[in-house]
Amino acid sequence: MLRFVLRRLLQVIPTLLLLSLLVFAWLRSLPGGPASAFLGDRATPERIAELNRVLGLDQPVLVQYGRFLGRVLTGDFGVSTITGQPVLTEIGRALPATVELSVAALLIAVLLGIPLGYLAASKRGGPLDISTIIGTLVGVAVPVFFLGYLLKAFFAVELGWFPPSGRQAIALDATDVTGFAVLDGLLTREWDASWDAILHLTLPAITLATIPLAVIVRITRASVLDVMGSDFVRTANSKGLAPGTVRGRHVLRNALLPVSTVIGLQVGLLLAGAVLTEKVFVWGGLGTLLADAITLKDYPRLQALLLLGALVYVLVNLLVDLSYAIIDPRVRLT
Amino acid sequence: MTAPRPTPTAEPLLQVRDLRVAFRRRGEPDTLAVDGVSFDVAPGQVVGLVGESGCGKSVTSMAIMRLLPRRGVQITGSVKMDGEELLTLSEAKMRERRGRDLSMVFQDPLSSLNPVVPIGLQITEVLRRHRGMDKEKARQAAVDLLDRVGIPDPRRRVTAYPHQLSGGMRQRVMIAIALACRPRLLIADEPTTALDVTIQAQILELLKEMVAETGAALIMITHDLGVVAGLCETVNVLYGGRIVERAQRHRLFGTPRHPYTHGLLRSIPRLDAAAGEQLEAIPGSVVDNLPWAHACAFQPRCPRSVDRCVEVTPEAENTGGRLLRCFNPVPASAE
Repeated sequence: MLRFVLRRLLQVIPTLLLLSLLVFAWLRSLPGGPASAFLGDRATPERIAELNRVLGLDQPVLVQYGRFLGRVLTGDFGVSTITGQPVLTEIGRALPATVELSVAALLIAVLLGIPLGYLAASKRGGPLDISTIIGTLVGVAVPVFFLGYLLKAFFAVELGWFPPSGRQAIALDATDVTGFAVLDGLLTREWDASWDAILHLTLPAITLATIPLAVIVRITRASVLDVMGSDFVRTANSKGLAPGTVRGRHVLRNALLPVSTVIGLQVGLLLAGAVLTEKVFVWGGLGTLLADAITLKDYPRLQALLLLGALVYVLVNLLVDLSYAIIDPRVRLT
Repeated sequence: MTAPRPTPTAEPLLQVRDLRVAFRRRGEPDTLAVDGVSFDVAPGQVVGLVGESGCGKSVTSMAIMRLLPRRGVQITGSVKMDGEELLTLSEAKMRERRGRDLSMVFQDPLSSLNPVVPIGLQITEVLRRHRGMDKEKARQAAVDLLDRVGIPDPRRRVTAYPHQLSGGMRQRVMIAIALACRPRLLIADEPTTALDVTIQAQILELLKEMVAETGAALIMITHDLGVVAGLCETVNVLYGGRIVERAQRHRLFGTPRHPYTHGLLRSIPRLDAAAGEQLEAIPGSVVDNLPWAHACAFQPRCPRSVDRCVEVTPEAENTGGRLLRCFNPVPASAE
């Protein structure tokens, strides 16, 4: 088990190396660059050339990559060409916002998706099942930003139930401990701060949860239907077990295997969805950083963000593999 | 929670009367998988249900256990255990009986065991449900059961998962599960078909021992007459969802009267056959069947068919302890 984890963690290193090379080469093959984006109207070929020299962008790409790697090994991802601040500082400040949003969305998707998928499967062909199928289709089909604006217009502007944007009312002047607004309120016993953060979180989290929720519902439903038709469930019924035992121990445990894989894959998509959701709700997390970096060709920030995304993705899927070994005894981690 | 004792009268343990199972699909005519099957099982008796694929033997057993899906399936007739009608029992009442009064062993022991649950728990969950045992007592009982069905080192094996056992071991576990609560009726549906030939004999021997030891009656469902020959007292031969012949084992094997039974016995390879003798086969397959409604279903494949076979349904007639459904049976002296 420990050896498996260590080996998988070691595998992360070449993965990230390859990815960093790709990102590096890809960014520099795009037309334009940070210099022209930064200078905007004031750009002249001389000024661009000078700025490129200052930023080290006049060097051959391989030399640049070598320098980049050397710095990264010492934990230095460079400074943002937009703000002039160290990239890691920026990311560290924005990370809690995105993590909070993603975790909330994932919780909604999992805690709602699995029971809903199970219910739909067990009442196959019934009204709940059919409305679930239609609902999930709509959920997958509606663009994130459209749903976000829709929810905002109705629940925030029209009804006024939730704040339309931001993470917390500034007037509360909540104490910042970890950067996670909901958690901070609990830690400092500023209950109103936590509650306010939850209200702010609700609409963005629902927006971001929609697609993973729909996917999890569908996979759970299909998986439960598949397992319910299996021989060992027939055996469980032939033993006269209580319906609850058949459902929990025999159907659900087996049905959750494919679901856990999908949850892992969804985490990657969650990061992508967060960019749009954060934009709609002015969330100020990694998504905002990323969007700005793309527009202004901020190479250092983009490199760091993409590598971070890949790292999270790899780690989450490692967790999924570990969960497999816990649910399914046939999987041996070697 | 003790099982009701069998009544001391000669009343059968299980009484199946005119059982019919129809699979219905919208826009298609019903498929009659079981078409009026009647038979009795006395306490402790071993009864065979024999026939080829599609003759309705498995569906019969699933109907008795009430394990068929409710949707798209229509079951009529009567299945009585201890005089109580099972087909109209509430689902909750039936769940109390399943595993306690009647239980089942299935064909493929790998797919029939839950892959992610240790075998010990798959045994103890029946005991805890029907016998109300606590965890420790049930665990001890599971170890004893594994020991009784011949699993070596049972104390260690209770924590094993199905994939860690061999096919024969898995079927032993299935038998332990089925007999855990000492049911009075065990239905074994092709219990040896998925196993190696060498293991088949061991499992049959175990089944024989276990039913003798627990006093359970056994319905043995198989396509293999060799299995029946070593085990069953009474043999029912099914064809097209109906019983075409029933007799004591020795009489059925000695003088098969129905052309189908006769054909089945002739199609078994024999060690004492003369060299070069061709193995006989019954021509055609079940898809050639006629509907029983106004003919004999076996007629298209029958070497002894007469004109009446396509005009009138042959009724089951009971003569001298043998049930026979044929207008032109094989003469008793034919063998």
